[in-house]
Amino acid sequence: MQRARPTTDWQLIGIACVLSVFGLLMVYSAGQVERTQAFEHLWRKQLVWIVAGVTGAYLVSRASQRFLEWVAVPAYVLALVLLTALLIKGVGTGGAGSAKSTQSWLTVAGYRIGQPSEFAKVAVVMMLAKVVSTWREAADSLRDLWKPIVVVGIPWALIILQHDLGTSMVLVGIFFAMLYWGGVSWTLLLLLASPAISLILAFSTGIWGAWFLILLAIIVWAPKRPYVVEGVVIVFANVVMGVVAPVLWNKIQPYQRDRLLSFINPAFDPKNAGYHLLQSQVAIGSGGWAGKGFTLGTQKRLLFLPEQHTDFIFTVIGEELGFIGITLALAILCVLLLRTVRIAMRSLDPFSGLVAFGLAAAWCVHIAVNVGMTVGLMPITGIPLPFFSYGGSFMLVCWIAVGILVRISASGRGRADMLAI
Amino acid sequence: MTWHPNKVAQRGRYASVALIVLFAALVGRFFSMQVLQHAQYVLQSDKNRLNEVPIPAPRGMIYDRNREIIAENVPGYTVSILAPRADSLRAVLARVGRFVLITPQESAAVVRRHRDAINRPTVLFSDAPFSVVSSLEEHRVDFPGLIIQSTPKRHYPDSTIVGSVVGYTSEISESELADTAYRGYKSGQQIGKEGLEAQYESVLRGAEGSRFVEVDATQRVVRDAGVRAELAPVPGPELVTNIDIRLQRFVANLFADSLIGGVVALEPSTGKVLALYSAPSYDPNRFIGGVSHEYYDKLMKDPRAPMYNKAIRGQYAPGSTWKLATAVIALEQGVVKLDETMPQRCDGGYQLGNRRFRCWEHTGVHGFQTLRGAIATSCDVYFYQLGLRLTLSNLVAGGRKLLFGDRTGIDLPAENRPIFPPMNLADAPAKRDSVMRAYYNRTFGRGNWSASAEALNVAIGQGANSQTVVSLARFYSALATDGEASRPHIVGDSAERTRVFTLTDEQLTYLRKAMVSVTQGGGTAAASAIQGVEFAGKTGTAQTVDPTHDHGWFVGFAPASDPKIVVAVLLEFGQHGPRAARIAKSIVEFYLKQAVTAPQVDG
Repeated sequence: MQRARPTTDWQLIGIACVLSVFGLLMVYSAGQVERTQAFEHLWRKQLVWIVAGVTGAYLVSRASQRFLEWVAVPAYVLALVLLTALLIKGVGTGGAGSAKSTQSWLTVAGYRIGQPSEFAKVAVVMMLAKVVSTWREAADSLRDLWKPIVVVGIPWALIILQHDLGTSMVLVGIFFAMLYWGGVSWTLLLLLASPAISLILAFSTGIWGAWFLILLAIIVWAPKRPYVVEGVVIVFANVVMGVVAPVLWNKIQPYQRDRLLSFINPAFDPKNAGYHLLQSQVAIGSGGWAGKGFTLGTQKRLLFLPEQHTDFIFTVIGEELGFIGITLALAILCVLLLRTVRIAMRSLDPFSGLVAFGLAAAWCVHIAVNVGMTVGLMPITGIPLPFFSYGGSFMLVCWIAVGILVRISASGRGRADMLAI
Repeated sequence: MTWHPNKVAQRGRYASVALIVLFAALVGRFFSMQVLQHAQYVLQSDKNRLNEVPIPAPRGMIYDRNREIIAENVPGYTVSILAPRADSLRAVLARVGRFVLITPQESAAVVRRHRDAINRPTVLFSDAPFSVVSSLEEHRVDFPGLIIQSTPKRHYPDSTIVGSVVGYTSEISESELADTAYRGYKSGQQIGKEGLEAQYESVLRGAEGSRFVEVDATQRVVRDAGVRAELAPVPGPELVTNIDIRLQRFVANLFADSLIGGVVALEPSTGKVLALYSAPSYDPNRFIGGVSHEYYDKLMKDPRAPMYNKAIRGQYAPGSTWKLATAVIALEQGVVKLDETMPQRCDGGYQLGNRRFRCWEHTGVHGFQTLRGAIATSCDVYFYQLGLRLTLSNLVAGGRKLLFGDRTGIDLPAENRPIFPPMNLADAPAKRDSVMRAYYNRTFGRGNWSASAEALNVAIGQGANSQTVVSLARFYSALATDGEASRPHIVGDSAERTRVFTLTDEQLTYLRKAMVSVTQGGGTAAASAIQGVEFAGKTGTAQTVDPTHDHGWFVGFAPASDPKIVVAVLLEFGQHGPRAARIAKSIVEFYLKQAVTAPQVDG
């Protein structure tokens, strides 16, 4: 087999650059409003972060593959330490930034250092890749999955304690995507997800009943059916989620419900969430084919949009650049993800492929949840859009991810997608 | 062999397909919102940012017959607030209160207006003084949603002189908003409340225009002009009245501050109202932009009732002025001949059964009188006997035929119907009588009245008979012409004339001569003759509960041969007919002199 000299993946870098410039323009536009706001000049800061991110990406891309594998464990431990530190009063603070009113900011002596949860995403991807890449055969029982569950579960719990629903969703996405890449069967992944599906379907007894029958059929007859004990555990968990949880839910007071929902998702605000979603939809819908023109969106200018420079930056695109701008932005983001999946496919070793696919999954959840949120397909959570939303830590982490991908891509470059055996 | 390259490649292909499906679904969702539902969202977006601000239309100008201004519009300022919710309105009010005095009542009224029309700018001051405007303008940034707009405001150059005719405008009240008559009106708008302003509200109001301001999410006005084409208000059309403002001023000056009463002056041939005044009057200008509590309290507590229009609302016993009605009824029915004397001479009173009815002239100098003499001297005894000849039911039927039971229909709001015994002239005589008797039984109590005694009372204008000033003016305009009278009207050309009574020319001339002798030597108003003009009329004294405070009447017209003006004057309390006659004389004199010297617009 011919090994080409490692080359740089200019296509990926180009896509990331286009997205960053596009994003920077939108952050600039988001600051153009009728009344002077604090976020008017944030685009300058964003530019600084892009430069920092590109620098970081360059450094990371120069690292060796072995270093990346080695650094997974220390990075993961550091992430856990930082996430734990946030729970200590005074270190984690909420406020401005994407994930509003969560304790996601690492603060030292009153200065905000950054958001460890963004860093944790990459660390979890690398740690999980390290664990899953050791498999010779794909796990085919829940018992075999205890390591990945622990690796993702600990940071997930810490993030839930910070009331950060968005990041926790990203971790769940990373978890399932990387297990899928590791070859875990659809049935097992479905069984793993079944309690959560039960909880969602519990609102209707009929639908939940149908789902429960399908679940039983899978457990009993599927080709890769679980062990009896595991099957019992899964059935029990589904009953708890589908039957007991709704009963409990109905028993607690409405204010307790609101408090619980607000705990899980601080963006849940029974009074204003509907209003913000409506204003976002009005902005996007009124954009039409070509939009109201760059910086000229009225919903944005007159401050009808919430968080227009961070969580709702995509709404600004919809209002000012219209369906054409939206399609362009989504197309570039889609190309980024397809490119990343391709890098995973071409990687030379399981660890590299897993890392690449995990990063793609993280971005994908970010995009799907953020974009879906602006049009009411997803709950409103404080989750930024990669390369678009204003935010230093996230921009830095996104570019470091690009650096990692460039490194992975370089070694796999020139290799055929598939081997004929 | 989970890492076999073919397996990895397959996973990658599935993942790529899943990604493409996901992004296609997202694009589809945006297509549906941005392209298919575009129009609906544009509407919502415009509704968010554009706020309609009404531009009040200037009310129609009101002129007198010579196109002198009675009501005009002068520049004023309206201060209003755009507030999405009541609590944000209260917050702005509290901040405005730091610069401008706002009483708790005013602030409550503002909150009420906001509740009644939540999407319109809430009027804070409908006529803000310049000091308030400049102070607010200076601190404009502190008040989101503040709109200062120059607005025409009503002004009456003659103030109190025209108050009783023109009325005033003021903010629409909550009960009026609920009234179907005011359908389409919005809270905070100004409407005519009294007089012509109320009567011709639908004409004078014009059509409100509107403009749009751009507001941000906190309802702060971001852009004031040029956001969208504005709809110009349509000014109300002008209203030219029949009032002669110079005569009106003259009348008002005659009453000065001390006299109480009402005056109506008509053009007898057409029914056009030349002047209408109620004394004391009020200043309509003080009602513009909201009347102050002190002024309103003062008006309400004044025992002379300045807000009560004595010309169209006050009901007074017509007294001797009604003797002409008795005479007309008697002549129409042929119960008396001209120059016939009554069988019993006036010795200062008249004996009916065991009761003596006195003549106002106790000394008995009247003696035997003809109709003409009886009118000139206002002899009660003559009319007692005439009343007995006619009988009560004929008097009541005749009075109703002369329209003394009906409103005149003058074009002013809230005219009172005169008090007169009920009788339907279409009924058979027996039915008429029973209706009348039932009324008297109700009023005085069964057995407490007798038809003959009441006939005596009615014949001299007492009894169950109270007339408005305008009602008597209309009757005398029939006397001044040919027995026909038109509805008194302040606006418009001559209204259709209706026949009030039918007398021969001889009889009419006779009555006019009799009325002329009232103002001549020996007449009750001998002091009120006008040099060179035959002034016909009749004095009257309406008895009130307090015998020392009777009301004085005079109703007359001049020149007697070709009457140009009918004037009815009522003076409340402590006044007698002759005094009213002197006022009437001055009015007639002024009008005729002016009519001769100043050419009239309508031929």
